[in-house]
Formats: sequence, C-alpha cells, structure tokens
Amino acid sequence: MISVRWLHWADLVLPPLVALAVALVAGDLLILSYGQAPGSVWRLLLEGTWGNSYGIGQVLYKATTLTCTGLAVALPMRAGLFNIGAESQLAAGAFATALVASLLPTATPLLLAAPLCIAGAMVGGGLVGAVPGVLRARYGAHEVIVTIMLNFVVLALLNWLVSTYWHVPETLHTPTITSGQMPRLSQLFPQFHGSAANWSWLPVALTAGLVQWALQRSQAGFALRAVGFQPLAAENAGILVGRVWRQALTWGGALAGLGGINFVLGYKGYYEDGLAGGAGFLGIAVALVGRNHPLGVVAAALLFATLSQGGLAIHALVPKQMVEVLQAVVILAMAMAVPEVRRLLRTALTPRRRAP
Amino acid sequence: MSRLLILTVALFLLHAGLQWVEPASAGLAAHGQGPRVGVVFDLGGRGDKSFNDGAYVGAMRAVKALGAQVRFVEPGEGSDREAGLRLLAAEGMDLVIGVGFIFSDDLTGLAKEYPNIAFAGVDYAVALDGQGQPIQPPPNLAALKFREEQGSFLVGALAALVGGSKKVGFVGGMDTPLIHKFEAGYRAGVLHVCPDCTVLAQYAGVTPEAFRNPGRGKELALSQYQQGVRVIYHASGSTGLGVFEAARVQHGLGIGVDADQYDEAPGFILTSMVKRVDNAVYDAIDRVKAKKFHGGIIQFGLAEDGVGYVYDAHNRALIPSQVHDRLEQLKADIVAGRLQVPSTR
Repeated sequence: MISVRWLHWADLVLPPLVALAVALVAGDLLILSYGQAPGSVWRLLLEGTWGNSYGIGQVLYKATTLTCTGLAVALPMRAGLFNIGAESQLAAGAFATALVASLLPTATPLLLAAPLCIAGAMVGGGLVGAVPGVLRARYGAHEVIVTIMLNFVVLALLNWLVSTYWHVPETLHTPTITSGQMPRLSQLFPQFHGSAANWSWLPVALTAGLVQWALQRSQAGFALRAVGFQPLAAENAGILVGRVWRQALTWGGALAGLGGINFVLGYKGYYEDGLAGGAGFLGIAVALVGRNHPLGVVAAALLFATLSQGGLAIHALVPKQMVEVLQAVVILAMAMAVPEVRRLLRTALTPRRRAP
Repeated sequence: MSRLLILTVALFLLHAGLQWVEPASAGLAAHGQGPRVGVVFDLGGRGDKSFNDGAYVGAMRAVKALGAQVRFVEPGEGSDREAGLRLLAAEGMDLVIGVGFIFSDDLTGLAKEYPNIAFAGVDYAVALDGQGQPIQPPPNLAALKFREEQGSFLVGALAALVGGSKKVGFVGGMDTPLIHKFEAGYRAGVLHVCPDCTVLAQYAGVTPEAFRNPGRGKELALSQYQQGVRVIYHASGSTGLGVFEAARVQHGLGIGVDADQYDEAPGFILTSMVKRVDNAVYDAIDRVKAKKFHGGIIQFGLAEDGVGYVYDAHNRALIPSQVHDRLEQLKADIVAGRLQVPSTR
C-alpha cells in the first residue's frame, strides 16, 4: 500500500528529477553537436562552480537573489495568482534600500542600519506588488497583465529617477552608500576572496524558512492555501478572498524587493540601472522547478545559480547560450513532467484502492 | 509509475554513458604563440554592428597578424561583468579587455588586485576627484578613449560643404557630456568652413531610452529637414535609424556614427563618423606583444586612426573630389596640431 505521505513526496520530488535527467541528456547532445566531450564540459562546469570557494561564493550570491524572486512568484502562486512582476519589484526594492542607506547618517552601526535597509527594500518591492493586489481584489483586473505592464512602468520610472536626478556622472549608478553595507563573506573566510558572496544570504535564508512556516502553520498561510485550492469554497468558509489576494501579491513584491539588498548592500554599494538583469523573470522558473515550495525554491535557486555561473566557466569550450538552452529545457521538462507524474501517480493509486 | 522510474533511470544511465564519448575535435583550440588575451563584451554582446563587433574584429585581426590567443566572454547579468574579468585574470591572461564604459569600476578594482596583468577598458570612464581633476587609472590599466570631436569636426565640415544650405542638422541621443562632445566637434567643423551657417542641434531625451527611440529620431529629423536642413548628423544609437528614415522620405542626407552605416539607408547616407574600436583593441594587443604596454589614458584621435570618416565606392558620387581634398587638408591640420577642436559646447 502506497501511503499518502509517500505520494505527496513523490509528487513534489519526482518531476524535478525527471526534468533534470532530460536536461542532462539534452545537454550531452548539445555539447556533442559542438564537437566537445560532455564529460569534460560538465567537469569544467562543476569545477567553476562547486569546485572552489570562489565559485561557491558566486553561486551563493546568485542563488540569494534568485531565492527572493523565486519566493516572490511562489507565494502568490500558492494563492492561485501568477506574479510576473518580480523583475520590477526587485529593482524597486534595490532602489528603496539604496535610498534608505544614503539617508542614514554616515557609518550608522550595521545592527541598526541593516534592519532599516532591509525594511526599506521590502517596502519598496511591496508597494509595487500591492498595485496588482489592490487592482485584482477591488476591480478584478488580471494580475498577469497588471504585473507585466507594471514592469515597464516601474523600470522606466527608476531609470528616469537615476539618470536625471541621482547618478554619478558618466555612469548609470547612484553614489556609493556610506552605511548599511553588508560585509562580504571573504572578510570572515578569506577563501571567498573576490566573490560577490555576502551576508545577505542570512536574512534571505531566514525569510525562506519563515515563509515556509507561515504557509504551513499560520492562520494566514492556511487562508492563502485555501484560496489557492478553491477560492469559492474558501469564500464560503468565511475567508476574505480579496484580502488574501491583496496580501499575497504585496508580500510577493516585498520578497522580490528583499533580493535588492544582495546587490546594493552586499555587492556594489549602489543602485545601478538594469541591476535586476532578468533575475526577476528567472524567478518564475525557479518557483516552477521548486514546486512553489519555499525550500524547493532555495534548491532550485541553487541549481539555476550553478548553471548561470557555470555558463561563464564553460565559455572556453561551448557558447554560453548552451546554458540558456539548458535552463529552457529544465523549464519545459518540468512543465511536462508535473501533469505526467500526477497522472501516473493517480493510475498507480487507483487499482490499489479498488482492491478489497 | 514504474515506467516513469525506469525512464528516469534510463535517462540517467544514458547520461552517464555519454560522459565517456570523446569526439576527435574535443579540447581547447590552443593555437598561436602570441599573447593570451581575454575580451569581455558589454551586455549588448556581439552582433551589435558597432561597439562590440568592432572589438571582435580587432581581436580577430590580432589572432591572424600577431598569433594572439583570444578568449571571449559574454556576460549575462550585472555581477557577471566582474566575474568574467576575474575569470580571465585568474587564468593568467597577458591582457584582459573590457568593452564599454560600464566596466570602468570593475576594471579599476581588478587592475589593483592583479598588478602583473595588463588591463584595457574601451571608453573607460575616468573618475574625477574632489577638485574635478581626473583620477589616473592604475599603471597596468589602459583607458582607451576616443576623440569623437575630431571625427565629428570633419563630418561637420563635409555637411556644410556639400549640403548647399545654410542650415545643418544634428540629432543627439541622451543629453549628456559624452554626446555633447560629438555636437561640439560637429558645430566647430560646420562653422570652420561656413561661418554664417547655423547648426540645429536637438536631443532625443535625457534617459538611455533616447538611444533606442527611432520614432523620436524621425520626428526630430523631419522637422529639421522641413526647416531647410539638407544634412543631419546623428549620434544617437538606434534612434538614428529614424533619422535615416526621415532622410529617405525627405530626400535629404544623413551621417552615420560609430560604424559605417551605409547599409541602413543606401543612397541617403553621406558618410559615417567611424570610431575604430577595432584599431584600439588591436593596438593594445600589439603593445602587449611588443612589451611596450603601459597604463594611463590613451586617446585615439585622427592621428592614431582611432576616429575618421567613410569615403569609399558607396559615397564617392556624393562627395566632389575638391571637397574630399579640403577634408584631407583639415584632417592634416588637426593631426599636425594647427587646428584645435573643442570637446565641450
């Protein structure tokens, strides 16, 4: 007898495994088509990422941002909402945290500055996320359209603000902040020297854990999941569906905005136009592969960060675009594997139920 | 269910088996005895028909002529810029080149960290200190800058000489000091050969979007042509495609920028002010090979063949030979220092 618990786990874990297997074989064939040996390319990819502490640091840095944008998509998804706006929410969070950091007096103690800057990032992203939330709850405007369009509006607005009022001449970034800088990991562990890895991963990891707890254990999380499963039933049970929608998208935006601290407080020390660089859109893929599960999102973020950093490492043998194709294969294979696994699980279960 | 498991296991086994396949062509294509050079492109990447492609052409010429071993890196997102440069520096390249002003900060940091490796930045933005004096880059970092005003001066003189109108046009992209340099040189060139001419100069905007707005470019150019302008010079990225479109409609002439833009509107392009990124990149590699590389700000003007104008089979019919002689004379004057071209308005 297959237990329900086992089925739940199989449903969560099997699709990513299938997707990974498909992607690996597709990668092998791509590498062979370039006349290179798959073994040596994969080895190079692993050596350049998990093979040395610099590579690990880079993966950690990239995964930190991707975790935030992945959560920003995953959380509203659990309420049945599709947030495409993580790109601009991330940028708005980064801008807000740079703004807060530059308003603080020079050399404010980190223990005071960091929470303020983090709050700023979440408020910045949350404001952008609240717009589709309110429009959805109050007017029924579809959040996909609103978030896509809001990306253009917010990115153009930030671009205008930075290039017109607040930039260092001949560049597209703001002046360097003088407080709230997150220390690099290399200050404590010299092995990480040169990598962008910084202590931003800690608040982000804590947040991922907190989201997991809130979804599974809190009342608000229960309401959110109930709305995601069946809004009409949730409404009949007395849940204010509109409010849940509003909160889910606002918190989604805040989570994406949190990712801004990684670049601004941890890496460069300034807001730069275009810093999101597609991390917001990649967050959709991260949420998909992570099965909208906070811990899955962390794992998927690590996978995509490895591919992204590995793309640079294998550049000598195969074009970097190969990695982009691989990411796409993972996403496609996931999209196909989820319903397929569900169907097979169901057929595996049904005959046993019929048995006396 | 079990079918799915079998399929997954089969895929993993297939993957494991493929790890042993080793095509004959596998491995790094290491050839040439020349310097080892790494090039990191700007986010636009190759295929922009301008900046990045220019760097590529220069590097490939060095491969042929100098036996250089070149590796290219195309970064994805922001943090990849530093990671790409660092990857190449850590491999012990002889020269690492960042293409685009956006690399300036990353190059400065890495050059300090790897003092034995030569670095070069195309269009490197030199930072200013508190007194407004330029901060010199580290001794192993060459800032490859271009004297766009000198090339613009020549195309300005050309526009005034062949336009047959007292009004000459200019369309800039983003309203910044970098583009003012083009306008200043152009204006000086126009007024040098035609003191009573007027230059209509307009900008497409104040954001980087202004470099990607052909609609706005066409609008500005149409109004200039309707005011009696015959020739318009643009320094505005793809906004300039709108300028050429207006030239086609109004049967006017446009002047291209950065690369030879004849192909964008054949017959309506008088010439192009070309920025020879290829020459600057080749020159940097050549210096490394000859062990004559040094850091600091290196200017590429008319004398160094770093900027120039196009005069070839396509536009010879538009430019009378005495006008061409006059331009060559002006060029010689600038190279010899008899003529100073302003770089600010």
